[in-house]
Amino acid sequence: MRRWLFAPRTGGFLVFLVLAVALPFVLPNAFFLDVAILALFNASICVGLNLLIGYAGQISLGHAGFLGIGAYASAILTGTFGWPAPLALAAGAAASGLLAFAVARPILRLRGHYLAMATLGLGVIVSIVANTERELTGGPDGMAVEPLSFAGFVVEGEAAWYWLALVLLAATVWLTINLVDSPLGRGLRAVHGSEVAARACGVDTDRYKVIAFTVSAVYASVVGSLGAHYVGFITPADAGFMRSVEYVTMVVLGGMASTFGAVVGAVILTALPQLLSSFQDYEHLVFGLILMLTMIFLPRGVVPSCAALFRRRRAP
Amino acid sequence: MHAECSRGLGSALVGLAAMVIAASAAVAADPIRIGSFLSVTGGASFLGDPELKTLEMYIDKVNAGGGVLGRTLELVHYDVGDDVTKARTAVKRLITNDKVDLIIGGSSTGTTMAVVPLVEKEEIPFISLAAAVVIIDPVKKWVFKVAHTDRMACGAVFRDMKKRGLNDIALLSGTDAFGQSMRTQCLDLAGSLGIRVLGDETFGPKDTDMTPQLTKLRSVAGVKAFFIAGFGQGPAIANKNYRQLGMTLPLYQSHGVASKSFIELAGESAEGVRLPAAALLVAEKLRANDPQKPVVTAYKTAYESKFGPVSTFGGHSHDALLIAVDAIKRAGGVDKPKLRDAIEKTSGFVGTAGIVRMSAADHMGLDASAFRMLEIRNGDWVVIE
Repeated sequence: MRRWLFAPRTGGFLVFLVLAVALPFVLPNAFFLDVAILALFNASICVGLNLLIGYAGQISLGHAGFLGIGAYASAILTGTFGWPAPLALAAGAAASGLLAFAVARPILRLRGHYLAMATLGLGVIVSIVANTERELTGGPDGMAVEPLSFAGFVVEGEAAWYWLALVLLAATVWLTINLVDSPLGRGLRAVHGSEVAARACGVDTDRYKVIAFTVSAVYASVVGSLGAHYVGFITPADAGFMRSVEYVTMVVLGGMASTFGAVVGAVILTALPQLLSSFQDYEHLVFGLILMLTMIFLPRGVVPSCAALFRRRRAP
Repeated sequence: MHAECSRGLGSALVGLAAMVIAASAAVAADPIRIGSFLSVTGGASFLGDPELKTLEMYIDKVNAGGGVLGRTLELVHYDVGDDVTKARTAVKRLITNDKVDLIIGGSSTGTTMAVVPLVEKEEIPFISLAAAVVIIDPVKKWVFKVAHTDRMACGAVFRDMKKRGLNDIALLSGTDAFGQSMRTQCLDLAGSLGIRVLGDETFGPKDTDMTPQLTKLRSVAGVKAFFIAGFGQGPAIANKNYRQLGMTLPLYQSHGVASKSFIELAGESAEGVRLPAAALLVAEKLRANDPQKPVVTAYKTAYESKFGPVSTFGGHSHDALLIAVDAIKRAGGVDKPKLRDAIEKTSGFVGTAGIVRMSAADHMGLDASAFRMLEIRNGDWVVIE
């Protein structure tokens, strides 16, 4: 029973759910709920990205590109062509998945800096297309996105969006922690540990890397679609390089190879700038300091380092 | 172990949140709260930085003069970079958490348009500092703007061309937000003013040579004048290339280069180039009886004595704040519907962008006279009457 409670798959998930369900009842107003929604969206992306970075040990500096594909697919297909929102979301996810699948093999052959450069290029291409295809995307000024609706039911107001974002994140987390505990997860970790050794043991490393890349791209695309509906407006900056770097930072801060680490990282980095804005001009200074101190004292990321600390203290 | 960690973190966050709320609740309800969200950092900081400095400076000025209706003004500002999601969150925060009375802000068209649905839903007066015409066309009940539109700049250039009999032109525009907006608006407007755009090329904002585009445009038969619409150093490079190719047709630039740095960058090649600009740029060259002269010289002196060279963007927040102050006085307070009506009735207000005459059908209220045509002669501006 105790083992069950302390395993991340079950106990961790339970704690996460309880906290998340309780949260809207303690938040004082719509603004805090808004930040919470954005944190949940970011967390969903980071959980997917963590599969690639944390477990498979591959970097992607272009993940906002997939977010952008989802967002623009939803915006254009529902707005300009009048598609139903779920269909547009699915189309965006399919497009992102296909693109990721198609480029994954050549790109993931690269290592280190080269892989970073290639993924970065992929993301930049998406934002350039969004910038220049003015007739379709509204160019640098961006475009408005229709509210999310299906079968005559419109998702409106922060409360409704919070529950939707929470269901999405819960599904993503559940899927991912089960994926990680499957042969696929073990294969991914083998790739991370030593690709050559994994290969020698008969692990189809290419296949695992492609799966991780594609799955994380689809996660990002789905969140991109929903986020675009929620915010109601998108610009090419949403698919830009800086956004991709933010996601990587969230994963690294929260803790690589820890699904709840990715969630915690996303929540911290979404909420912190809002809470710090009362420091006015020193906001960025304090923000940078917190990041530095975290990386110095919790080098493996918040959650894994905390967990190790806790385990050491419990040990006799 | 995850539980402990996340629980600790959760309570820390809630604690911090409580601090923030306590801090904002401690402020007395007395001052008039002006909310603002600007792009002070990031790619659009050239807009947001002078805007915020101006806003702070003039709020201090108003407060030093006894405030408005006996109440002081208090600024609540959030930097949103060029991120539309941040803009939306900031406005939500201004409305629901900070409970501001009106909002001034939105340095860029993107950040402005992203918050329009929210502002309309929450019914709070909002004065945007961004340029695009979509902000006020169609008219939105709670949304106003003070910056002149790109369409008006096109109009000023085209009318000047028409006056000189230069009806057939070639257009070279940047692919950045400014250049694209200019291109769309100019192409849209050209027909109605009797201008034919025979050649249409673009350049990237980081391009270092525009000779190919210019060569291509030069070969278009019947072109009588060139119009380069861009922002930053691109137009200056194009201007140099234009002279290097020995091209002599009349050359027009847009208000995107209306700053001294353009003359420095383009050097001798800028001689004889015409461009539209706001009165602020040529404050001391305006005629003594120009109604805008006192306003623009006062603002320019005040800004430059504190921060350095003035920009038209800072002028926008000067105008927005003073229009708001004027409207608060006429509305007799900050009751939102009354304040909105008062802003809409702004008439004859002289700002840095022009003389503002708003109405229910026009939430900007500037006319073509907001732009002056300038010509560059001997490395300086000359106002064309």
